[in-house]
Amino acid sequence: MTTTLMNRRHLIAAGASAIATGMSGPFVPANAQGLVPTRSMRGGSNNYRPGAPIVDKIGGGGFWMTGTVRRTGDGAPLAGRRIQIWAHTTEGYESDPQSHGATLTDENGVFRLEMPQIVPAFGQPHGHLAYDSGDFETVFLRPVMASVKQTSLEAHFVLKPV
Amino acid sequence: MPPLASRIRPILIWLAVGTAVLVPIVAAAASPLLAWRSAVYIAAGFAGIIAMALMLVQPLLAVGYLPGLTRYAARRTHLWIGTAMVAAVLLHIVGLYVTSPPDVIDALTFDSPTPFSNWGVIAMWALFLVALLVALRNHIGVRPRTWRMIHTALFSVIVPSTVVHAVLIHGTMETLTKVALSAFLIMATLKAIFDLRVWRKRRGRPIAPAIVTPE
Repeated sequence: MTTTLMNRRHLIAAGASAIATGMSGPFVPANAQGLVPTRSMRGGSNNYRPGAPIVDKIGGGGFWMTGTVRRTGDGAPLAGRRIQIWAHTTEGYESDPQSHGATLTDENGVFRLEMPQIVPAFGQPHGHLAYDSGDFETVFLRPVMASVKQTSLEAHFVLKPV
Repeated sequence: MPPLASRIRPILIWLAVGTAVLVPIVAAAASPLLAWRSAVYIAAGFAGIIAMALMLVQPLLAVGYLPGLTRYAARRTHLWIGTAMVAAVLLHIVGLYVTSPPDVIDALTFDSPTPFSNWGVIAMWALFLVALLVALRNHIGVRPRTWRMIHTALFSVIVPSTVVHAVLIHGTMETLTKVALSAFLIMATLKAIFDLRVWRKRRGRPIAPAIVTPE
């Protein structure tokens, strides 16, 4: 799995992005110390609405938000964890209730939720994800699409027990 | 009757400037992104685009490149367009705030995940500082030459900050027209600075500027 947060518009931000996303997926060194927790990204919690319902899909779908949830240290996948997702899409604003939904991870710690196509808003085509169910420390992510033509986006959580 | 070339030249200059200002705005009006935005969000975006497009005529008016305007008219127009830019930037920020308050608060506090926000906020403060100095000018008694240095220095912050802000944004502006407007802005600003020899302390004004302060 690759998390590509860079595109030609954001080369300047590459360093900062790498740091911001460094805790996720491919950037994490699988060394003896184990996985470090994913830190919340700047702006990740913008337009968050707590308690988004678990849904089969958000709106009409057509776009996939995917990712994994693991725990710190050994990186074991976390099953049944609730991830909330929202974005500015073809069907609504980030702040609109219908733009929000949640899903649970499967036994491999993988989540997949279909949602409407994300469109650029506030300068970048980006999505928002949250883990805030309490057993682990809350994390807000804000992945950016490398291209507006993308029909999927992924984000990875490494959660630290509370 | 003057020769044809000298009659056509002013028309061509005005056409070129009008095109440079209007085409980016018209191109943005054709953006597919508008379909997924509310009126307020669209207005906020266009206020920003209009402010940037208007910026192009400011150095042109300051040096007197635009034909057919008396110095007085150029000066008044410069002031009015500057005022319009401040109003447009205020609308830009208020409209964006209405659309998504947390994103605008992040931007204004330099805590945004998007670097372009910082550049926009820097340009905004430099513009507001210019407006404040213009308003206070008659009360603080700055010498004209000093005034021009300060005014030009701040404009030299506003232009590149605005250009970086706009170029990094994936928004309604069409890429080619956005880059062209940015290039024109930088060229007009550099040419104005060189032609006015702003940095000169005394003497040697190579051409009479349109904006003259009684000394």
